[in-house]
Amino acid sequence: MMQFIFGKLTWNDLPHVWYTIGGTGSIMIMMAAAAVLLTYCKKWHWLWKEWLTSTDPKKIGIMYIVMAALMFFRGALDAGMIWLQQSMSAGSAHGYLDPAHFQQIFTAHGDIMVFFATMGFLTGLLNLIVPLQIGARDLAFPFLNTLGFWLYVAGAVLMNMFFVFGGEFGATGWLAQAPLSELQFSPGVGVDYWIWSLQISGLGTLLAGINFLVTILKMRAPGMTLMRMPLFVWSALCSSVLITTVFPILAITIAMLTLDRYLGMHFFTSDRGGNPMMYINLIWMWGHPEVYILILPGYGIFSEVVSTFSHKKIAGYLSQVIGTGLVTVIALMVWLHHFFTMGAGADVNAFFGISTMFIAIPTGVLIFNWIATMFRGRITLASPMYWFLGFITTFTFGGMAGVLLSSPAADFQLHNSLFLVAHFHTMIVGGALFSIFAGITFWFPKFMGFKLNERIGTYAFWLWLIGFFLSFVPLYILGFMGATRRLDHYTNPSWQPLFMTSVIGFIVIVAGALMQLVQIAVSIKQRKQNRDTTGDPWDGRTLEWATSSPPPFYNFAIIPQVKSRDAFWEMKSRFAKASRERGKGNIVYQDIILPKNTAMGIYVAGFALFFGFAMVWHMWLFALIGMLGIIVCVILRTFDEHTEYVLTAAEVERLEKRI
Amino acid sequence: MKSETGTQYSAQSDKNYFGFWVYLMTDLIMFAGLFAAFAVLRNNTFGGPSGKNIFDLPFVLIETVLLLTSSFTCGLAVLSAVRNKKKGTICLLGLTFLLGAGFLAMELYEFSHLFEEGNTFQKSAFLSSYFSLVGTHGLHITAGLIWMIILFLYILKKGLTKGSVRKLTLFGLFWHFLDIVWIFIFTIVYLMGVAL
Amino acid sequence: MKTIVSYSIGFLLSMIFTLLAYNLVFVHLNSHHRLISHPVLLVAILTLAMVQLFVQMIFFLHLGQESAPKWNLLFFISTFCAILAIVIGSIWIMDHLNYNMTPKQVNQYINDQSGF
Repeated sequence: MMQFIFGKLTWNDLPHVWYTIGGTGSIMIMMAAAAVLLTYCKKWHWLWKEWLTSTDPKKIGIMYIVMAALMFFRGALDAGMIWLQQSMSAGSAHGYLDPAHFQQIFTAHGDIMVFFATMGFLTGLLNLIVPLQIGARDLAFPFLNTLGFWLYVAGAVLMNMFFVFGGEFGATGWLAQAPLSELQFSPGVGVDYWIWSLQISGLGTLLAGINFLVTILKMRAPGMTLMRMPLFVWSALCSSVLITTVFPILAITIAMLTLDRYLGMHFFTSDRGGNPMMYINLIWMWGHPEVYILILPGYGIFSEVVSTFSHKKIAGYLSQVIGTGLVTVIALMVWLHHFFTMGAGADVNAFFGISTMFIAIPTGVLIFNWIATMFRGRITLASPMYWFLGFITTFTFGGMAGVLLSSPAADFQLHNSLFLVAHFHTMIVGGALFSIFAGITFWFPKFMGFKLNERIGTYAFWLWLIGFFLSFVPLYILGFMGATRRLDHYTNPSWQPLFMTSVIGFIVIVAGALMQLVQIAVSIKQRKQNRDTTGDPWDGRTLEWATSSPPPFYNFAIIPQVKSRDAFWEMKSRFAKASRERGKGNIVYQDIILPKNTAMGIYVAGFALFFGFAMVWHMWLFALIGMLGIIVCVILRTFDEHTEYVLTAAEVERLEKRI
Repeated sequence: MKSETGTQYSAQSDKNYFGFWVYLMTDLIMFAGLFAAFAVLRNNTFGGPSGKNIFDLPFVLIETVLLLTSSFTCGLAVLSAVRNKKKGTICLLGLTFLLGAGFLAMELYEFSHLFEEGNTFQKSAFLSSYFSLVGTHGLHITAGLIWMIILFLYILKKGLTKGSVRKLTLFGLFWHFLDIVWIFIFTIVYLMGVAL
Repeated sequence: MKTIVSYSIGFLLSMIFTLLAYNLVFVHLNSHHRLISHPVLLVAILTLAMVQLFVQMIFFLHLGQESAPKWNLLFFISTFCAILAIVIGSIWIMDHLNYNMTPKQVNQYINDQSGF
């Protein structure tokens, strides 16, 4: 009876090792602190009404960024533990982590950074910026937006739950490759946490991808043809196309692994005809486009940043669009370069090697266009521009390493070495992360109403850049020297100084991140001096700068008529000064229809979390309840007729006059 | 429901139709993954039975005809709804349900028959991929049947409103799409499994 | 055109293609693989499936009949291409992997067996 209700869960699965106790303890302390603060300030109701149940993409975007920052912190902690271990564990010393634990750490580090930190930051920025830039008020499907966010949170929670229940995460690497992830070699709950956490958050991402796709194609302001869209919106569109194309592959591959583990099937087992190589084929069919999903929005952010801070329209808009589109298409044709060494043979490897090399071409076009935009522009060297310059150096460097790896012959030497690790971190940190920082510093004044402290921001940038090179150049060198990835211990003493240099780099990066936190704190303190009163602190070019800072919850009182690219720049040159038309007697306001808040997204995600947890522990009764809960909630939602409300024209006029 | 001027945004139903279409495309890609796995694992029978040994083509032909006919009646039901004929809609939807339920019953019979013989999905990679591909399709059919019941209740309760017609149209997309996937299951799994 | 006639045409054509494919298989089997060879049968039934796909897309799902811009059509085409890449790509890659990663004697054995 106990087994039927509690499945595999026993008292022994509660924390009893130092790191699970530590992890559980810190989670509990943070939750308690938040609860105390909310109670003391009497803000529970405010939190629920203004934020948690909101369907406003501006609010959802900020929640995504906050959650992503939390998960980034956790992922960075994992990175620190890896670095520390590797700098200590040479020759006769064995560091402080045992191999099994070390394997769980690098697995968790990868999953958290890719799925929860980076995807979270980017989805947040998309939510904040895309509707404003296309002159819309909301996304196409506000309910799916909030649902997608809460599914993301549910996945993040589930990924951290092993601290409290079970004490083990997958020890398989971030993609849980078969047959290591099969029951035979991973009998514990670790891989199951991995499975359900990613299925749930993956569904959230897929919904977000569909949402942005429909929004961008169907909800642009009148006059905004595709070729007048800001480049950030183009990159959001291409990213969404990739999401909708490849996330189903991730879902079904994880599902097949789940069927193997739960129902004893044989897709990827090493017996009864299973084919583990098929897992690797399918998972990378998703995995490669995923990294392009992570970088494309960044390309868009940089297009905006470079043109704004060069006070010049982007050079080669058409080639930017074509380049982004080509990257999107080619991204779907290169996945085998992740397993050149698995043995597909020369002709298959050659095809994919060439297609991988081809991707460098449209990428190069983008880079040259950015540089051409800067040429003969009046450059303002504000923080976002620093991040762009850091990106140009770093990403190009890492990209060249990628072209090196794209040759199968070279890859046979460097596959799964630290050279590879350095390459992809250069792309994700130097590329995606720097673009996220650029985006956040660029658009911070728009959403918070005041600018960030520039001086501290510059310090933070330099610390990150220097720290990054200190951390990862040694890894490139180590890769050439033969060091493979995921080593918890090595015997060659000449490697140790390089690992230690890398640790110093990590410490510099941590200083940079702390500096960013200081920047936020100081900026909040100085907010009155740095208030953005015009809504256009950078002399921007696109429509988001046409609103106040922060924008009203309905974005635009009157949907703008777009007449060209860089729509706001064009509006500004048409009207001598004000960036918003205010309170002039001849403006005709109209009723606006907006979506209501809803808690249904939270409920569905809550049931999904419950279901996922129950499945991990084989608690079939609870799993059934969770699944039924999801279905019932969704059906109830479809019967809900009153999901919108009307903001009358008079009310709009009143709110506009107040700004 | 008009937004301020009615010119700038597509109608809500247009957005819903397109959004649902995009979702169906993602579902197609998910099935493609299952088809890819089936194609790769089709000969991995581990000494056990292959398609030739276990598929009963005449039986499957009847299943196929049932599903195809239900797709047809579904299309007619949507037509009927658009033309505001409540009785016709209910009847045709009911017919669609019966045909779909018949399909599912036959499929469940086929599966239970295989289990009785000991040819479960645990026996070989081929059988795993067969049961998963056809089973996933069957799960979608089941979801469609449940959806139809809810549609019945909705139409009976609220009549043929714009909302009902919209929901019915989306259901129609879903049901047609399931028959399209079945074309390929019929061809690749059953026909090719037996003949090639 | 969303009329009873168009749905009926779609239904009839689909029936015909289904029965045709079915019968081709039986002709092939009953003649002990002699009347229609393996590759011909493969191409024939796959073609029939593709044609039926387009029949159903056009007559049941009204593909291409929307007002411009034809996003539904565009997305279907891109999905179709993606599916081709996924399925054909996987078959090509896995076939090569399986052959290269199988011991020589086993490959010999498989070669001696006939079959698709």
